[in-house]
Amino acid sequence: MEKRVTFKGWLLPLLLVAPQVAVTAVFFFYPAGQAVWQSLFIPDPFGLKSQFVGLGNFEFLLGDPYYRASFVTTAIFSSLVTVVSMGVALVLAVLADRLIKGSGTYRTLLIWPYAVAPAVAGVLWLFMFNTRVGVVAWYLGQLGYDWNHVLNGGEAMGLVVVASAWGRISYNFLFFLAGLQAIPRSVIEAAAIDGARFWTRFWTIVFPLLSPTTFFLLVVNIVYAFFETFGVIHTITSGGPQQATTILVYKVFADGFVGQDLGSSAAQSVILLVVVGVLTVVQFRFIERRVHY
Amino acid sequence: MAGGAQSGMVERRGWSLWLTHAGLILGVMVIAFPIWLAFVASTVTQPEIVRPPMPVLPGDQFFENYRKALVAGVNAPVAKMLMNSAVMALGIALGKIAISLLSAFAIVYFRFPGRKAFFWLIFLTLMLPVEVRIVPTYEVVAGFGMLNSHAGLILPLIASATATFLFRQFFMTVPDELVEAARVDGARPMRFFLDILVPMSRTNIAALFVILFIYGWNQYLWPLLITTDPQMNTIVMGIKQMFPSGDDIADWPVIMATSILAMLPPVLVVIFMQKLFIRGLVESEK
Amino acid sequence: MATLTLTQVRKSFGATEVIHGVDIDVAEGEFIVIVGPSGCGKSTLLRMVAGLETVTAGEIAINGQRVNEREPMDRNIAMVFQNYALYPHMSVFDNMAYGLKIARMPKPEIAARVAEAARLLQLEPYLARRPRELSGGQRQRVAMGRAIVRQPAVFLFDEPLSNLDAKLRVQMRLEIKALQRKLGITSLYVTHDQVEAMTLADRMIVMNEGNAEQIGAPLEVYERPATLFAAQFIGSPSMNVLPGEGAEDGVVLENGMRIPLGRPVAGKVMLGIRPEHLVPDADGPLAIETGMSEPVGAQTLVHGRLTGSTAECVASLPGVHRESDLPAVQRYAVPPHAAHVFDAATGRRIGV
Ligand SMILES: Nc1ncnc2c1ncn2[C@@H]1O[C@H](COP(=O)(O)OP(=O)(O)OP(=O)(O)O)[C@@H](O)[C@H]1O
Ligand SMILES: [Mg+2]
Repeated sequence: MEKRVTFKGWLLPLLLVAPQVAVTAVFFFYPAGQAVWQSLFIPDPFGLKSQFVGLGNFEFLLGDPYYRASFVTTAIFSSLVTVVSMGVALVLAVLADRLIKGSGTYRTLLIWPYAVAPAVAGVLWLFMFNTRVGVVAWYLGQLGYDWNHVLNGGEAMGLVVVASAWGRISYNFLFFLAGLQAIPRSVIEAAAIDGARFWTRFWTIVFPLLSPTTFFLLVVNIVYAFFETFGVIHTITSGGPQQATTILVYKVFADGFVGQDLGSSAAQSVILLVVVGVLTVVQFRFIERRVHY
Repeated sequence: MAGGAQSGMVERRGWSLWLTHAGLILGVMVIAFPIWLAFVASTVTQPEIVRPPMPVLPGDQFFENYRKALVAGVNAPVAKMLMNSAVMALGIALGKIAISLLSAFAIVYFRFPGRKAFFWLIFLTLMLPVEVRIVPTYEVVAGFGMLNSHAGLILPLIASATATFLFRQFFMTVPDELVEAARVDGARPMRFFLDILVPMSRTNIAALFVILFIYGWNQYLWPLLITTDPQMNTIVMGIKQMFPSGDDIADWPVIMATSILAMLPPVLVVIFMQKLFIRGLVESEK
Repeated sequence: MATLTLTQVRKSFGATEVIHGVDIDVAEGEFIVIVGPSGCGKSTLLRMVAGLETVTAGEIAINGQRVNEREPMDRNIAMVFQNYALYPHMSVFDNMAYGLKIARMPKPEIAARVAEAARLLQLEPYLARRPRELSGGQRQRVAMGRAIVRQPAVFLFDEPLSNLDAKLRVQMRLEIKALQRKLGITSLYVTHDQVEAMTLADRMIVMNEGNAEQIGAPLEVYERPATLFAAQFIGSPSMNVLPGEGAEDGVVLENGMRIPLGRPVAGKVMLGIRPEHLVPDADGPLAIETGMSEPVGAQTLVHGRLTGSTAECVASLPGVHRESDLPAVQRYAVPPHAAHVFDAATGRRIGV
């Protein structure tokens, strides 16, 4: 796509793109290049010189049980966040779509948690499950369940998943509702006349027609769980206990800033970069295909 | 088929309608519960909280707790942190919109050397969240002496081209005849940009502003890295700093008041600019 | 008031030439209409005059001054676009005033000029509205108003009426003509609608594939088309064209019919006869097998085929004729003054 009509001159447009070029070069391309470069070195213990190790950092990482564990943790974490937030959102969207009047009101009531920062969401959920003062933890205790996410890795994972999924429900709800409302009523009515009951209709007609939305949300939610949940993890568990909630992004931060292991942190960044790249390509491929439908 | 045929699932009369409402109300309540609890906690005293279970209805300490948070805070007054967040969110939103409008105008309305290359370079930036390149970016910002500064908070987060793509998309839909009419009227490029293109884009600008404001306000990792001075903390990252290290008991009422204050501006933006927000969300994901 | 001269103007997009050397001389205050089929280069020609496209070769002069290199605003022209190109976020007043503001005209004078244009175009009640709050005809008037307030040397119109419905088009056509007469501004007007061209033009230019086939007053073009293309493009229904061979007193058609024209003709030719010039005559030289007939009110269009050939013909007969009333084969006379002869190879008119 190109405009047929354009203005003459080349100096003005160069001036116009200059700010973006400058900001992007300094704060984006240079650091990204540095990340790749640093991933090939190991700094010596005094941080004065660094030694070229080629792909050594990567080799080390792939052999490192902690890093592998972090990969598994990330996979579990992001699958759970995606499934929980999309599942709840889909149920709510289907319910709201059944209403002729009032679906707008529910939308207003449901979308605002989107605006709550993941870090703040973390604090809210931490407060409910705090081992000393948390209301939910206390009621669980009354029921005979001794909640302690500070010591129990499974509970810690559950808590960060719920806290991360919570804020994301709004977003998924919005897109699911829009997707449902875009399905032509006549298609559903035709199925109803054919005698299909609600669930049959849902699984054989509505859900397949919703699949573009579902697929799109799947990718977007995985990206969210990978990168934007840092605040949740940092506020609730700081990656613990025993690294049970150390997802990849958290590990980049922990190794780079807390552990000061720049080479390893940079190599981890590069690996993440590849992961995002793949996800982006998947998404673009898919969107391209959807356009051609 | 009696009873109106425009609803999604066709049958929703009588008790089925009530069940639908019941399900939705339950959903709303479950989702709102953490925030309700936080609000209640921000209106009661510390002893009421540390002796569980805490009350479920608001207490009478609202003004006291919020005053304490805003004026004193824990490490820094929350009012100061709110200011920092506002500067950061506005800086990111306005800065990104400004540089994106300019460069989208250039790539759509001019043919200049390096245009294709520029296009692909900014395309690449779409793929990399700041989380992936934190360490080297930190070094760059430190090298410029921008740690603990507003510029350091803002600039690295402007370096992405989503907005440029959005504006490019929109500019492509502006009819060519409009440019020609402007040229016949004697408008030079910048005049056309300011008098015609920017005013025509105002809905898009507003929608994008809403999204970017929320994005900027809610940043966590980046401010955490580069603001070591509590006076420069943003509110979203400052909350975590209010928890004491070790075994001391956190000042929950103040922390919860701060949490409410931290979510208030973006939540208000979403609720009162719902149309623009939804539009921005949908467009920026295209 | 100004003259406009195009000398051997050419335009290429990349390697393809789309305008092949056009010469036009427009006198002061003249209304010139460029007419031709879609894609023939009308808009391109107009846009070169406006300064929106560069001129590949040749010269465009306004009032004798070469303007090839000037920006649109420095050419003293104004243009009305097909889709009006009104600024959607500005009021009607601001739309009209925009060019004057850029030219830094004093505010009171801008107000006076816009008020005058609004009065002429009956837009006074709408000055505060946005374009989307106007009907198609009103938008069209605003586009005209934007052109008028600048008091340009030349008006350029690119199919300004094609987005209007049929009735409004006739009305606006009359308004444009009246306005142009009143203001006396030299105008260049592009259309693909030959009725518009015939009714508006002082002189018209028939364009085909980047060439000006004929330049002349509408009736002159109608009565003495210079090329086969101009002959067929102007007039509705279109002129009948029958291939044939020259003879010493006229033309011999494919099927051997001899059409006397009272003058010698040579070589392979095309004989053109307008449908309304076919007169039923039992002794006429032209025999046509009658096909469908279409009553259109005052006339009846009788379709048919030349006997012993595949050439289709249409005759436009005054009054109402039913298919059943017409003989299976009707003979027609061809008045010599109404027969147009064109060279079959070049399409150029031969003789008078
Ligand atoms: N920017 C361009 N690049 C390449 N070819 C072009 C360009 N603009 C026009 N053309 C070609 O030039 C020829 C003339 O186009 P023009 O727009 O002048 O036609 P037109 O007579 O105005 O037709 P219409 O009645 O459909 O508006 C066409 O074949 C067109 O494809
Ligand atoms: Mg055209």
